[in-house]
Amino acid sequence: MNSIKERLLNGIVKENPTFVLMLGMCPTLAVTTSAINGLGMGLTTMVVLALSNVFISLLRNIIPDKVRIPAFIVIIASFVTVVELLLQGFIPFLYDALGIYIPLIVVNCIILGRAEAYAYKNPVIPSLFDGIGMGLGFSVALTCIGAVRELLGAGEIFGIHVMPESYVPVSIFIMAPGAFFVLALLTAIQNKVKINGEKKGRDMSKIQSGCGSDCMNCAESGCSHRLVDQKTESVKEENDKTKEDKNND
Amino acid sequence: MNDLMKVSSNPHVRSKTTTSSIMLSVVIALLPTAGFGIYNFGLDALILILVTVASTVLTEFIFEKICKKKITIGDYSAVVTGLLLALNLPASAPWWIGVVGGAFAILVVKMLFGGLGQNFMNPALGARCFLLISFTSIMTNFDCDAYTGATPLANLKAGAEVNILDMVIGRTAGTIGETSMIAIVIGACFLILLGIIDLRIPGSYIISFVIFISIFGGRGFDWPYISAHLAGGGLMLGAFFMATDYVTRPITKNGQYLFGILLGVLTGIFRIFGPSAEGVSYAIIIGNLLVPLIEKITLPKAFGKGGEKA
Repeated sequence: MNSIKERLLNGIVKENPTFVLMLGMCPTLAVTTSAINGLGMGLTTMVVLALSNVFISLLRNIIPDKVRIPAFIVIIASFVTVVELLLQGFIPFLYDALGIYIPLIVVNCIILGRAEAYAYKNPVIPSLFDGIGMGLGFSVALTCIGAVRELLGAGEIFGIHVMPESYVPVSIFIMAPGAFFVLALLTAIQNKVKINGEKKGRDMSKIQSGCGSDCMNCAESGCSHRLVDQKTESVKEENDKTKEDKNND
Repeated sequence: MNDLMKVSSNPHVRSKTTTSSIMLSVVIALLPTAGFGIYNFGLDALILILVTVASTVLTEFIFEKICKKKITIGDYSAVVTGLLLALNLPASAPWWIGVVGGAFAILVVKMLFGGLGQNFMNPALGARCFLLISFTSIMTNFDCDAYTGATPLANLKAGAEVNILDMVIGRTAGTIGETSMIAIVIGACFLILLGIIDLRIPGSYIISFVIFISIFGGRGFDWPYISAHLAGGGLMLGAFFMATDYVTRPITKNGQYLFGILLGVLTGIFRIFGPSAEGVSYAIIIGNLLVPLIEKITLPKAFGKGGEKA
């Protein structure tokens, strides 16, 4: 039970795929023109992520190491196709709004990243919740970005007019440049919150990503563990070298 | 005998020029343009200029106060940014356009990249383009008490005849500061005489633009047409006051010529082939983005390096 909660929290806060890992930037920037689009994209990705994580975890002892990436892609692509057809059939307005970005979920690096970094090495239940956590984190981030962009760029949130009548929409925010502004702004805010938390003595940097601390073979580039480990690794090497030198002397 | 020899480290010869004195000269050089804009467009223009300048200065002050940095509003660079931005706005724009634009120029384009000297793009032009994309209808509405209708450049693009004398003096529709070629040139001469700007960038900009227009303008070397293009729009203001911005121009001599030529060609492309009549501000910010590359390829070789290998 504990690990399930930890997985969910990890995906939403500690290793939020958008604001911390900086993964999946293409859909993040492209589809967040409104809060509903962001939420739709996030939830679609979450479904694919959870299902592909489960199946990759189930098959992890069968898939040969050398062809694991093609195998992952096949599994992910199957689920994306299923989700795409379901969306087209039942939520056509979202299907139209997201357009090409639904099939592009196949190559979303969050999904491939979680498959490689987590599901391929861990049992089914934690993998499922890792997928749900990551997907929720992605959904929350995309909804936030979409809401801010919609609020500033159109004066609405979820299509409901909230700004006063006299507010003139800053339409740059629902165009491409606005995505960069808002993403940078929100990332800066959450970093600030984190740094303040650290100052108050709460240890925010301790990320238990459940990666088995095998940093040398880890595909996750945004993991803060990696840097620390590399540093200690290099220090170790230097120490070893000096020892060897001394021995040679 | 009190003639002690003072020993100090270099530099021993110092110039009296400071950032604030340069910026103050630019403000003075912009006064004829601003003055003519106010004379031309009335009280609205004055209010818009004041609001925009107040917005840039206050934004810089508040940002530095919050971030506990050194207060740098005394170097007048925020005033220059605000003034240039206001001169790039139409007089009919509501006051909050100046506030939003000024805040964007200082906060996003300048301070977030590290303040004066670190900004990769001219703050006033960055803000102008931000406003132009966001509030297109407000930013391209040049109707005011004095003039209604399109700018001379838009007329020129549509194939209508324009009065070049009016354009040189500035009795046309347009943004507050761009209409009067005479006022801009007076200010530019002042800066050139003081040695604050030189003619490398404006000269190569204007000459390359003229050549481009003669080749691709469709009218050959038609002098009235070319002078209308020179006097209309923001070309003069951009060439003398914004392309020459110390922070965002190349520092190498050859780089400056190259930068000017690039701006001339880009402006020509935007004006002749682009959908809108004017393209100076986009040309300059694209040029600003290419400055690091320009500097890289025009870096002079150190004496003794390079040349033929024996």
